Amino acid sequence: MLITIIIILAVLSGLSFAYGAHRAKVWEDSKQRLSSRPGHYAWYAVIKFTVPSWLLLFAALLLKTTKIAVISPAVVLACSALLVIAGFIISSKKFSPLLNARVIVEKHIRYLLIAASLVSILTTVGIVFSILFEAIIFFKHVNVIDFLTGTSWNPDTAFLEGAGRESEHAAKPEFGSAPIFAGTFMITLISLSVSVPVGLFAAIFLSEYASNNFRKVFKPVLEILAGIPTVVYGFFAALTVSPLVVKVAGFFGLQADYTNALAPGLVMGIMIIPFISSLSDDVINAVPQSLREGGLALGTTKSETIKQIILPAAMPGIVSAILLAVSRAVGETMIVVMAAGLRPNLTWNPLEGMTTVTVQIVDALTGDQAFDSLATLSAFGLGLVLLIFTFIINLVSTYIVRRYRKIYE
Amino acid sequence: MAYLNEHDKKLKKRYAAEKRFQLYGKAALLLAVAFLVFFFYDMIKTGYTAFSQTEIKAEVTFNEETLQMPNRAVSKADRDVLSRGFLRILPQVVEEHPEYMNTTQTLWVVAKGDVDQYMKNKPNRLNDREIEYISNLRGADKIRLAFNTGFFTTGDSKMPEIAGIYAAMMGTILVLVVTMLLSVPLGVMTAIYLEEFAPDNKFTQLIEVNINNLAAIPSIIFGLLGLAIFINFFNVPRSSALVGGLTLALMTLPVMIISTRAALRAVPESIRHGAYGVGASPWQVVWHHVLPVSMPGILTGWIIGLARAMGETAPLLIVGMMAYIPDVPSGVTSATTVLPAQIYTWSATSLRPYVERTAAGILVLLTVLLALNFTAIWLRNKYERKW
Repeated sequence: MLITIIIILAVLSGLSFAYGAHRAKVWEDSKQRLSSRPGHYAWYAVIKFTVPSWLLLFAALLLKTTKIAVISPAVVLACSALLVIAGFIISSKKFSPLLNARVIVEKHIRYLLIAASLVSILTTVGIVFSILFEAIIFFKHVNVIDFLTGTSWNPDTAFLEGAGRESEHAAKPEFGSAPIFAGTFMITLISLSVSVPVGLFAAIFLSEYASNNFRKVFKPVLEILAGIPTVVYGFFAALTVSPLVVKVAGFFGLQADYTNALAPGLVMGIMIIPFISSLSDDVINAVPQSLREGGLALGTTKSETIKQIILPAAMPGIVSAILLAVSRAVGETMIVVMAAGLRPNLTWNPLEGMTTVTVQIVDALTGDQAFDSLATLSAFGLGLVLLIFTFIINLVSTYIVRRYRKIYE
Repeated sequence: MAYLNEHDKKLKKRYAAEKRFQLYGKAALLLAVAFLVFFFYDMIKTGYTAFSQTEIKAEVTFNEETLQMPNRAVSKADRDVLSRGFLRILPQVVEEHPEYMNTTQTLWVVAKGDVDQYMKNKPNRLNDREIEYISNLRGADKIRLAFNTGFFTTGDSKMPEIAGIYAAMMGTILVLVVTMLLSVPLGVMTAIYLEEFAPDNKFTQLIEVNINNLAAIPSIIFGLLGLAIFINFFNVPRSSALVGGLTLALMTLPVMIISTRAALRAVPESIRHGAYGVGASPWQVVWHHVLPVSMPGILTGWIIGLARAMGETAPLLIVGMMAYIPDVPSGVTSATTVLPAQIYTWSATSLRPYVERTAAGILVLLTVLLALNFTAIWLRNKYERKW
């Protein structure tokens, strides 16, 4: 039925186009001066005759898929027919060589463009609301303070509550997420301790020391690291790096879990290198040449110039690059899902298994619990924390970059 | 003299520091490159064996009885080393080759997973009797390693020896079609609006802040969005290509917008002024002059967005695309799996033979992604114009 309506509307649109084009051609053939190109008249006809019907169909579809109201196809078809006829009666009278169809058509194009730009706003609103809405339901049952500071995460028995069996002798579900945040923090820390020095030094070398040809080759090579899918990194971390870590730890007489935090942390650090190196490279290049020359003229060596003049000048940009890397690491999912553990573990030992916010979100949402169970909803509680954290990091880094820009322009 | 010595010492120290500093930079770069080399070496080493597959020359009897009870189609000794997957599809074989009916054919049949692992000198669970039988087969030239066409022509399976990536590849293509159909027009339109039409006011600033924020949001959050909005609110079927495509489209939208804007910005003002000068309207300027000139740059952005969407896994897990789906999806609303999700499900199984298949799937994925990225770079270099 939907297909039929779409075909009917498409045919009507085609006819409208042909009608507009025909009218314009008749004027042109009789050597009248047109105020717009013939194509504009054709599109004008399409807009005035059939676009209202398309919008109606779209609205009816939205209402139907969201199950708010079902409008029968017959009604939609009848209304569309009325709209087309009304549009034809009202607008075909206005057709004349003097009609400035171009301006009207372009006004509608602009509406279309604005509508497209609104999608990005709608996406943000959708993200915030979908997460906030479910998270509020979650926080009705679980105290926010307990959630943020509790040290015991044990959501598995939440389904009993849904089944009306909470009085049975099972342990009550617990939602203390401190160990999860601790795990996230630990893995992020490990990854930054790899990516920041390596990325920064690589950027310094490429922008200050390396020849042009060398840079042309090695910058894309570094960027390959960012193009490898995270699921691949996850497989690599779990299959190759984790056993390696266990072996090396064993060599030093240490006991390491196979799902240790070190392996995903290290691999994630490698993944983040290009984010740091590319952004740092940009800001180091943006430092004015005069500062370099001034430093060298005072008799400093190149590395002294870099350390004492260029890096301080580029520091705000570098800090914002590091902040972006932090938000990358905190939000990274596949590597930790595949290589870090599921066990919430409050420890400083990176050789033990830990879990992160993203792992718990995936675990809660791919499990077999009902969507409205607290265990599932906890994913949205964690998602909210992740979202707020990302927003704050983003705000801070934008602020830093903006301040930095003012200095050298 | 003492003073000069002192000075020389200091200078030596400073030069040493300079050398050390350069060394750190070289070491950092070397480390990254070494990792990359090791990573590719490791993946290829783990995965290349999956491109060949052990086959055994076996006598297969086709008749009414064996079609009912496929176990009787082959000898008892062969039954232990052949893939049960082959016996299961006997009726299909007859359908394809009606002339086989009521005959006994000598065919190359896929061996079972552990035999395959044994042939590749990998850990396996064969017992001594089976190993002896295989060495007999080897003596009689009845066992071989052939190119694994099945890997590219079959879907997922619970039997590793006949598991392939065909269904996942088709699913990936379908999901990406949905993604591109949505994100390309939306991205280009948004970019055109922001770059060519938008007045500088609070509204456009809001859009810009939004786009930058969206680009920084972790991909898993888009999965939550897909789950809460598309599946629970709009009732799009779970694990379908439609919901996966929609989610990925929203995720790649910022990439598309940002790259298209950069391409549009690279078009010099003089072209616009020239067009206005001969009486073009704002849209005519964009459609007839700015867009054609900036097309290579926009295309590069599409390819990069496509590559990004292709490798993404986390949001797709959330919208349910990690189920066991052996069949090619029949449409955008049927259950679908994609290549990265297939890699994830394989890596999560405990059977050894899946490891090499996972790595082989990764090699295929990486090949496609690298090809896409190189195309983007090539396109940029070929059509980049300095104005």
